[in-house]
Amino acid sequence: MKVPIQVTVNGKTHAHEVEPRVLLVHYLRDVLNLTGTHIGCETSLCGACTVMLDGQAVKSCTVLAAQANGAHITTIEGFAVNGRLHPVQEGFWERHGLQCGYCTPGMIVASAQLLERNPDPTEAEIRMAIEGNLCRCTGYQHIVEAVQYAARRMKGAAAAD
Amino acid sequence: MIPTPFDYIAAKSLDEAVALLGKHGEAAKILAGGHSLVPAMKLRLAQPQVLIDISRIKDLAYIREEGNSLRVGAMTTHYALESSKRVRVVSPLLAECAAAIGDVQVRNRGTIGGSVVHADPAADWPAAMIALRVEMVCAGAKGERVIKADDFFVDLLTTAIAPGEVLREIRIPLSQGRTGQSYKKVRHPASGFAVVGVAVNLGLDAAGKCANASIGVTGAAAKAFRAGGAEAALTGKPPDAAVAAAAAAKAADRQDMNSDLYASAEYRRHLVEVTARRAVLAAVGAAK
Repeated sequence: MKVPIQVTVNGKTHAHEVEPRVLLVHYLRDVLNLTGTHIGCETSLCGACTVMLDGQAVKSCTVLAAQANGAHITTIEGFAVNGRLHPVQEGFWERHGLQCGYCTPGMIVASAQLLERNPDPTEAEIRMAIEGNLCRCTGYQHIVEAVQYAARRMKGAAAAD
Repeated sequence: MIPTPFDYIAAKSLDEAVALLGKHGEAAKILAGGHSLVPAMKLRLAQPQVLIDISRIKDLAYIREEGNSLRVGAMTTHYALESSKRVRVVSPLLAECAAAIGDVQVRNRGTIGGSVVHADPAADWPAAMIALRVEMVCAGAKGERVIKADDFFVDLLTTAIAPGEVLREIRIPLSQGRTGQSYKKVRHPASGFAVVGVAVNLGLDAAGKCANASIGVTGAAAKAFRAGGAEAALTGKPPDAAVAAAAAAKAADRQDMNSDLYASAEYRRHLVEVTARRAVLAAVGAAK
């Protein structure tokens, strides 16, 4: 028995009928072709599949597409606005916060969640905020620096407003 | 990592959820945040034929004070409890335990109700539920009933909730007078689950002696348990380092410890003692 769902992803509304067992990450990748959200462990440990669901960072491998009915979702594809990178994306670029890039979309979503809740995090708070996201390349140091860069940028932008 | 097929029904009211449970019986499972059930379904450890989603029912996610108790709706997320300024003031153990769960993404989505009814032996909440002497309010076809935390956790992944019942609310009695609380855990480095977790809730008298002690232990055994020996060893004494150590040594008394890849039974018994001592001293330190 398929269920109808309607979701708004990166500002665009989609309506589909899905099997209840379809995971949100599979819906995003296979139905909407938004392959920026990666599948890593599929066991809610690695964080590669992290997306924003109604403003909350969630692991989309552990959410059924049916549970997201009516939700507003932002994937990594929705972070840049009119070709201008989100400050966290810019931080990863400037501070070399990635090597292979597999974990990066999830890292960026989790980091953006942190900076929304805590615009001036300590290094320890940054490391805690990304504890649900595994990176096997960088040793995390450059990721932490990327988030610190983003925090400074966002504060600067806020001050300029 | 895809669940077996099932039907999905979003219940519009608690009455409808109870009626659906009655109709589908053992084939149905209640879906809250899905952070225990969905992983179990992906591993095909759970294969319900019907999922009844209660996340769309109005007014199941709330934190309210009523008289001397805090009422927490079953659908309240770990993050909501962790980030509530009021919870930190009136029930610091609840906030501390919430913040110790998994990672941010899990806490954003996972719910206190879903976690406690799953009764994972390595979950954090059961220790705090026992230490806080909470009451679980369950809705069923014949109305509501209240189950005390000590009676709630029955065995591995098993609670006292009857078939056909839905957990609706958790009631936390708020401590009166001078209180100190703490939750300490030995965290599994990969999963974040508690290899051992100890929640301590102490009442201190005017002289600084321990007037009452309530201690829950999770991760160590098939189900969370009350550390009665440790409570008795603290009560009536000034909770200094020596008393805390002597009490902690009794925290795992008469309990069979789990043994698995991560920790042998003997090591877990040791961890319970060390963690209980740290949690008792932290609770004493937190008492104002």
